[in-house]
Amino acid sequence: MLEATYKPAGDTALRVRGLSKRFEGAAAPVWSDISFDIPHGQRVAIIGGNGAGKSTLLRCCMRLIEPDAGEVFFGDRSLSGLRGRELAKARARVGFVFQKHNLVSRLSVLTNVLHGGMAWARTPRMWFHGIATDEHRNYALHCLERVKLGHLCERRADELSGGQSQRVAIARALMQKPKMIFADEPVASLDPQAGEDVMQVFSDLACDESLTLLFVTHHLEHALRYADRVLGLQDFRLGLDASSDSLSARQLRGMYE
Amino acid sequence: MSEQRYTNPPARFERPSAGSLLILVAFVAFLAWSISAAGISVPELLTGLPNMAKIASEMVPPATDRIVPMMHSVLVTFQMALVGTLIGILVSLPLAVLMSRNHTPHATVRSVIRSLVSFIRTTPDLAWALFFVASVGLGPFAGTLTLVMDTIGFCARFFAESIEEVDDGPPEALAAIGASRLSVIVCATLPMAMPSLVNTGLFALEKAVRSSVVLGLVGAGGIGAELATSMELFRFDQAATIILTIFLLVLGVEKVSSRARMSLLKKRQ
Ligand SMILES: Nc1ncnc2c1ncn2[C@@H]1O[C@H](COP(=O)(O)OP(=O)(O)OP(=O)(O)O)[C@@H](O)[C@H]1O
Ligand SMILES: [Mg+2]
Repeated sequence: MLEATYKPAGDTALRVRGLSKRFEGAAAPVWSDISFDIPHGQRVAIIGGNGAGKSTLLRCCMRLIEPDAGEVFFGDRSLSGLRGRELAKARARVGFVFQKHNLVSRLSVLTNVLHGGMAWARTPRMWFHGIATDEHRNYALHCLERVKLGHLCERRADELSGGQSQRVAIARALMQKPKMIFADEPVASLDPQAGEDVMQVFSDLACDESLTLLFVTHHLEHALRYADRVLGLQDFRLGLDASSDSLSARQLRGMYE
Repeated sequence: MSEQRYTNPPARFERPSAGSLLILVAFVAFLAWSISAAGISVPELLTGLPNMAKIASEMVPPATDRIVPMMHSVLVTFQMALVGTLIGILVSLPLAVLMSRNHTPHATVRSVIRSLVSFIRTTPDLAWALFFVASVGLGPFAGTLTLVMDTIGFCARFFAESIEEVDDGPPEALAAIGASRLSVIVCATLPMAMPSLVNTGLFALEKAVRSSVVLGLVGAGGIGAELATSMELFRFDQAATIILTIFLLVLGVEKVSSRARMSLLKKRQ
C-alpha cells in the first residue's frame, strides 16, 4: 500500500512509491514494491539482466504501461488519476528515448525531430516540417545538429543506420525541451565511439541544463562513468541503489548472477 | 520407464466420424438438388449455341455511328467512379480509425461502426442503386452515391485492418511526447499505414469503375444505360463497341493505378 500521508519535498524530480507490475497471464510479477526518489539534475543508471523489467519500469514511470500498484510523482505532482490532456502535459516534460528508436519510418528526419515540439506547442503545424513555422524548423535543425546529424535532415527515417536513427530519436527528445530524459539503452546500437559521444551529450545536458537523466544500460563502465547513482533490478525487486562512487565494476557484475 | 516401445504407424487416412459422414451425405444431396434448381440443361445449351454465334457475328464490325455520345457516357462513368471513390475514401478514413482495435474510443463505438460497415458492404450495389434512384432520381448522382457506399464498405474495413497492423512503437513514442490522439494518428499511424492505404484506395477505384458500368442498367447514370438500350434494340454492333470501350477503360484504369501505386509509394513525405 502507498503512504497517503507522504509529503514530497520540493527538490525531487521523480518520486516512485511502491510500484508493482505483473503482466496479464504471467506467473510472477516483473517486479514489486519499488520505491526511490531522484533529485533534480541527478544522473541515474538502471541496470539488470535481460527481462529484469528495466524497460517496463521506465514505461510505468510514464504510465505508458499502467502499474498495478504504487504511485509516480513528477516533482510534487502525482501521475495517478491524470487523464487525457493532463497526462499528456505531464509526459511532455520527459524526453523518452526508446530501446527501439521508434521513428516514423516514412517521414523525413526533420519531421521526426519536429514531432518532439508537440510537447510544448499543440498545433497541427508541428505535424510536418513543410508546414511548420521557420522558428520551429530552425529549432528542430538545431536539435539535430546537437547530435551531429544536421546534414541528414531531408533523409527519410527508414534510410538511416541504426545508430543514426537512435541519434535522431535523441534529437526528438531534445526538441521537447524536457526536464527529464528517460533513455532505454540509448547506445545499444551505436559503435563504441558514437556511444561515448551520445553518453557525453546526455551527461552534458544533465550538467548544463540540470536535466534529470535516467538511463538503462548494459555497459557497466557507462553506469559508473556517466551516472551519479545506480539502481539495479534483481529478483523481482530493486536490489541495488547506491552512489556510483561507492561501486566497482565487480560489484555491479554481481547483479547479473 | 526407460524401456523403448515401438508403436504402429498411424492410419493413412482418418476414419470419418458418424457426424461428419452425415454432413457429407447431406451436402451431396443438396448439391444434386441445386444442380436441377440452377436450370442446367444441355439441350437448351445446344439449341442456344446458334443464337450465340449469330449475336457474336452481328457484333463485328462494332458500330461507330453513336461513338460521340458513347464516349461521353464512358467519360461520365469514369467521373462518377472517381468522385464516388474519393468521397468514399474520405468517409472511410475516420470510420476506419474509430473501428480499429487500437484507436477506437470505446468498444461499443467499434462494434456499432463495424456492423454498420458490414451492412453497407453486404447490401448489393444494385440494391443501393435502386434505393438512390428512387430517392434522388435518375442520373449520375444516384450512381455516385452508390459508389460512395460501395467504397465505404470496402475501404473502411481494409483501412481498419491496415491501421491495426501498424507497429505500435512510433505511436507510443508520440504518446510519450504528450501528443494528442489526433496528432498520433496523423503523424505516426497514418504515415506508417500509407502504403497499404494507397493500395486499397486504388483497388477501390478499379472496383468502382467496374461496378459503375452496371449502374446504368437501373438508370443510375453512365455507360450501362447505352448498353441496355443497344441490347434491347438488337443493335449488337453498338453493344460490341460499348463492351470494347468498357474493356479499354477498365484496362486503362488498372494500368494507371498500378503506375500510380509504384510512384506514390516511393515518394517521400
Ligand atoms: N507487453 C508485455 N506483455 C507481457 N509481458 C511483457 C510485456 N512487456 C514485457 N513483458 C515481460 O516483462 C518482463 C520484463 O521485460 P522488459 O522489457 O521490461 O525487460 P528488460 O529489463 O528491459 O530487458 P532487456 O534487457 O532485454 O531490454 C519480460 O519477462 C517480458 O517478457
Ligand atoms: Mg529493455
